[in-house]
Amino acid sequence: MGDADIRRWIVIGLVCLAAAIVLPFLVPAYYAQFAAKVYIMGMLAMALNLVVGHGGLVSLCHGAFFGLAGYALALATPRYDHAAIWWTLPLAVAAAGAVALVIGALALRTRGIYFIMVTLAFGEMLFFLFFDTQFAGGSDGIFINTKPEVAMFGRALVDLDKPLGFYFVVLGVLVAVIALLTVLIRSPFGHALAAARDNERRTRALGFPVFCIRLTAFVISGALAGLAGYFAAAQFGFVVPQMLGWHVSATVLVMVLIGGLRSITGPLVGAMVLLGLEEVLKATTEYWKLIEGIIIIVLVIVLPGGLRQLLPHIGGRMPEARPARKAPRAADAGHA
Amino acid sequence: MDLVTFGVQLLNAIQYGMVLFLVASGLTLVFGILGVINLAHGAFYMIGAYLAYWIATYSGSFALAVAGSVAIAFVLGWLMEAVLVKRLYGRDHLAQVLLTFGVILVLDEGRQILFGKDVHSVAPPEWLAGTIQLTDNLSYSVYRLAICVFCLIVAAAIFWVIRSTKIGMIVRAGAENREMTRVLGIKSDVVNRYVFAVGIALAAFGGAVVAPVSTVFPGMGDGMLILSFVVVVLGGLGSVAGAAIGALLIGLTDTFGKVFFPNVASILIYVLMAAVLIWRPNGILGRREI
Repeated sequence: MGDADIRRWIVIGLVCLAAAIVLPFLVPAYYAQFAAKVYIMGMLAMALNLVVGHGGLVSLCHGAFFGLAGYALALATPRYDHAAIWWTLPLAVAAAGAVALVIGALALRTRGIYFIMVTLAFGEMLFFLFFDTQFAGGSDGIFINTKPEVAMFGRALVDLDKPLGFYFVVLGVLVAVIALLTVLIRSPFGHALAAARDNERRTRALGFPVFCIRLTAFVISGALAGLAGYFAAAQFGFVVPQMLGWHVSATVLVMVLIGGLRSITGPLVGAMVLLGLEEVLKATTEYWKLIEGIIIIVLVIVLPGGLRQLLPHIGGRMPEARPARKAPRAADAGHA
Repeated sequence: MDLVTFGVQLLNAIQYGMVLFLVASGLTLVFGILGVINLAHGAFYMIGAYLAYWIATYSGSFALAVAGSVAIAFVLGWLMEAVLVKRLYGRDHLAQVLLTFGVILVLDEGRQILFGKDVHSVAPPEWLAGTIQLTDNLSYSVYRLAICVFCLIVAAAIFWVIRSTKIGMIVRAGAENREMTRVLGIKSDVVNRYVFAVGIALAAFGGAVVAPVSTVFPGMGDGMLILSFVVVVLGGLGSVAGAAIGALLIGLTDTFGKVFFPNVASILIYVLMAAVLIWRPNGILGRREI
């Protein structure tokens, strides 16, 4: 990426941020809430993409980390009182990260298709744990009657019960997640992770501890998925076992594919596109899942590189990086 | 636990394991030969059960229901390979996961449109509907025994075809070295299409034969998919014998787990999977390099 490219992306990013800041003042509250939902699911998709796109590991258990953190908030929230964000948020993220450590340590002993199946199975184990046992509401889930409280020295800083307050807190967290992922992926750690994706044997031969690198990425990714799950639970006001189910994981993978695997913020765009599409489909037809399924199938066949594949056709610009990006894709399909 | 109860549980475990084996062997065959992971496998198990329910309701014949359900699933599998799956060869796993996830959404919604989302039960055929009196207050359903017999016959047929026929030789060669098989002039696209259709038909057969003992309900496919994956992880991907071992292990663990440790029974098979992953990451009969 050249200097001009970086400058252009910074400008695009700032324009998007400015638009996101003024958005809730321009549209009805429903759409501001919808935007917050897009940010939350985008966070989850970007977290997942750290292992899928950058690490080459297709995980199907991120829904479990997402839901687990939501349950952590639900269980930590007192029935008639607010839970302080200062300790419930780290608790939820740490819980998701700790479970990601255990599942990752086992699943990363395998490769390729095995990894997909093992993550799917462990994710569903957590789903059944919450579905079958009564300690967390069983199949009915738990209501979260009160939103977490952002207070310091007894004074509320932001009121998460107000849509506007919630929106800006989520937006702030989203920007922080994007910054963290950008730093991470540009760091030597991120390069080593990508190297292990492109050629595991060579990376190992160069002396990189591939297992540790992947496990670290998996845990960070799981913890960030938990971060998204915390805010999702706070926004919806309830948690159900389906939040942990693998259909969530697969839907988020679709967002990743739509946004493009090798980018940082692409999955956020994917979340926006997919959630927007669902919104439109739900309003038009009762059988929206049928249409969604067909659209997913067509997307996989027609646009393997995600929506970015369309960019050269539309804008004509954004050129040079494209062919260079294609080459490793074709190469790693061979030993993926 | 006395001997009779133990025997009954053992039979249950074997019956459960046999059905699991049939469904999972479809999955492992498709992976072994085509190199494709099919998440929609469980959805076809569910479709098979609903088709059996539907045909049994209209025709009144259970045998026709099983045969019809398997035949329809075979055609669906054939079409799915011809239209969708063949585009996945050489694509990465993510594409396979997402495309087959799309198929699940389509099948689930199609089931919703055609059959609704009610839970149904299917009556076993009359000549198998009875029970065997074991002790004064313990009896065993004849149909459950019949499932064991059906599954044994199909399993024997699978093993016979794979081990002793020319088709089986092609299938084994394909699983061993796909490129070389193609170079030797085997029309891999024809083999692929039939293997995929047979895999789907096996899933539907599993769904149709268990319909009388476990009810027919929308979520049954998801549960079966996960179990099939655990079977394949235990046994080794692409290995039919491994699938048999894995399926019986899960049948035993799950059935006796529910008897001895009812509180943690749903977790036990995953503990088993974790143990095998630590011991042999490629499965009990898996080859070292996948």
